[in-house]
Amino acid sequence: MIIHSERGPLAGRRTSSAVAGVTAASERKLALWNIGFAYTAFLIGTFCGLLQVFMRNEMIQLPAWLDYYQVLTVHGVTLALVYTTFFIYAFLITGMSKALGSFGPKVARWSWIGFFVAAAGTVWATIEILSGRASVLYTFYAPLKASGWFYVSLALLIIGTWIISFALIAHYVKWRKANPGIMSPLFAFMTISTLAMWIIACLGVVAAVVFMYIPWAFGWVDTINVELSRTLFWFFGHPLVYFWLLPAYMAWYLVVPKLLGTKVFSDSLARLSFLLFILFSIPVGLHHQLTEPGVADFWKFLQVTLTFMVVIPTLMTAFSLFATFEISGRQKGAKGLFGWVSKLPWNDIRFTSLFIAMVFFIPGGAGGIINTSFQLNEMVHNTLWVVGHFHITVGTPVAMTFMGISFWLIPYLTGRTLTKTTKKLAFIQIISWSVGMLFMSTAQHVLGLLGAPRRTQHSNYSDHPTVLGWFDGFFSNTATLALGGIILFFSAMLLMVIVFRLWLIEPRSEKGDLYAEFPIAESDASATPRWLENWWIWIGIAVALILLAYTFPITHMIQDAPPGSKGFINW
Amino acid sequence: MKKNKNPHEADLRGTLISVLVVGVLIAVMWAAVYAMYVAL
Amino acid sequence: MHLHKFEKIWLIFGIAMLAVFLGIVGVQAFTQGQTPAGGMEKIDPEKVDVTAPFDDPGVHQIDEDTYEVVIKAMAYGYEPSEIKVPAGKEIIFKVTSKDVIHSFTIPNTKVNMMVVPGQVNEKRYTFKEPGTFLILCNEYCGTGHHFMHTEIEVVEE
Repeated sequence: MIIHSERGPLAGRRTSSAVAGVTAASERKLALWNIGFAYTAFLIGTFCGLLQVFMRNEMIQLPAWLDYYQVLTVHGVTLALVYTTFFIYAFLITGMSKALGSFGPKVARWSWIGFFVAAAGTVWATIEILSGRASVLYTFYAPLKASGWFYVSLALLIIGTWIISFALIAHYVKWRKANPGIMSPLFAFMTISTLAMWIIACLGVVAAVVFMYIPWAFGWVDTINVELSRTLFWFFGHPLVYFWLLPAYMAWYLVVPKLLGTKVFSDSLARLSFLLFILFSIPVGLHHQLTEPGVADFWKFLQVTLTFMVVIPTLMTAFSLFATFEISGRQKGAKGLFGWVSKLPWNDIRFTSLFIAMVFFIPGGAGGIINTSFQLNEMVHNTLWVVGHFHITVGTPVAMTFMGISFWLIPYLTGRTLTKTTKKLAFIQIISWSVGMLFMSTAQHVLGLLGAPRRTQHSNYSDHPTVLGWFDGFFSNTATLALGGIILFFSAMLLMVIVFRLWLIEPRSEKGDLYAEFPIAESDASATPRWLENWWIWIGIAVALILLAYTFPITHMIQDAPPGSKGFINW
Repeated sequence: MKKNKNPHEADLRGTLISVLVVGVLIAVMWAAVYAMYVAL
Repeated sequence: MHLHKFEKIWLIFGIAMLAVFLGIVGVQAFTQGQTPAGGMEKIDPEKVDVTAPFDDPGVHQIDEDTYEVVIKAMAYGYEPSEIKVPAGKEIIFKVTSKDVIHSFTIPNTKVNMMVVPGQVNEKRYTFKEPGTFLILCNEYCGTGHHFMHTEIEVVEE
């Protein structure tokens, strides 16, 4: 139980629940800055998305100073990297302050420093991209060579997130010392798992950027080891997607049962699933490199096997979620096999948004298993299928969970409420996003199976018959993709209106206002084994698995490397 | 209907069927793409 | 740590399903040679034009039933640009890049290869039917990326 003093203008208006405290005013401000930054990126990114679907259908022409690939780079960076990252930190900062008590002065200061470093890196990277010095897409594969400052700005973004991460970890360590022998609150445990995974994962991209890209881009060395740079990128690139997903899982594990009026299904299994993500989300990057040379089949297949292992914590999560639904429904008197379905709070936008997000993750997850199924990857690699895949993983399950969180997190932080009008808008927003995404991602999956490439401006490829098949039928049609994209843009703009209203227009919340609370369910840790919170065991196993999966392939890439590549600026 | 508070003893037949349906959906999607791959 | 009986059933089902998927692709890959494109051969990306076999790109018959197709990829095209191979014969594609990363992708086949400078990528494929297939680059390689394509003509044996 944490009882701490409330400070600032919001003090005294909130009831302190018995489970945990409330977020202090200084942390609210920091979280709001993160959310503001995230939604600014969201606005820019979704607008770029709209431009792309128009260009794919030759419906518009860009001005001469801007090209498709710049727009694509900005879309990917702002949405996949910036919106997600800053929103995640807003969520984690608010929740950690609520779960463990308000930040001390050092934690607060370093969190702000981290935010500004990450924000500066982001703005700088965006300038480099828009000024045409970095049309390398957000994977920045060598030997395409951006300006050296682009890589420096990326490093700043990562370093900024590390600073916030270590600040949050310090906050947790202080709590542990003050509460010896007690399991930490589940929110804090999950935050630390996510951050531990993130910090380890970033080592790959930091090594690549600092030791390879920056010396090469500034001309201190002439060439770069291309295959090694790709491998280090994907060492980071796959856990990156789990860095997006795990905060959404936190909401599914902790927010959903609270909204249903029940407890976390199983504290120990929830913790175990997050630990399994630390273990298995990193040593799997090679499954993004299945169709390339330079890595022996054995190592590719070993990492394919490890990728299959990372499905298991998601299977556990699926069971926990359904069990939460069923138990809460039965507590409310539901009968029969599926009576609990009608007892779910469908009128509560905080729940419905998260539920739809979970539903999208079913085909999303299934598609992921297909992508990693070794030779099946040849069917889909770098086709529009992959684009469809990440729009129904990060683009809906994760993004829609963040939207669903926004509907109460912003009111919680600003001390406002979600009125009936805004709630209606929120339902329209969630439903339009779902419909738009259904059209767009289904079309992308189908077009991908028909061989349409991703990351490619419209081309008729000399009117080859294969291309005609991409403009024929309903779901096998690039126009359907555009239709979905237009609906999604409408939804995105509606979300901006909602965010604006929640931030500045809505009335102040009353005491006991549901939408102005941070819903965290109780989790009974009395039967949870203590060794689950011994981080050194889990980080140790994670490192061992990484060494097993990567030592040989990376050593080979370094020792038996071909002559390196000089840089190319093909734009 | 049991009204047991302990979640480990709870009646979760609906949950089991739901997750198995999800599992079958995954298997069907996977098998469809696998069949397409083999046909190439 | 207590598991609900149904959760045990679900996890056994799920893990068995994953094992079956993995088993199927593993057996098919390693017993029938259906591995994705790959290869451990390396090359100096500056000297592609003078390094065998890329000093003589094109189609070469290896034996009765096997042909080798040697391709150089560069922004924004492939060399040679005209490729003609027979249906029903095993074709070994060998590709490398003279500059950045590209792909050598033939939609509606299993040929979807990353082309990485410094490395030679290899893929074996047998066309079942004759026809003219599109070859395209599906890895971003610069402003002209969407123009990077050619065709492969598959003729009756």
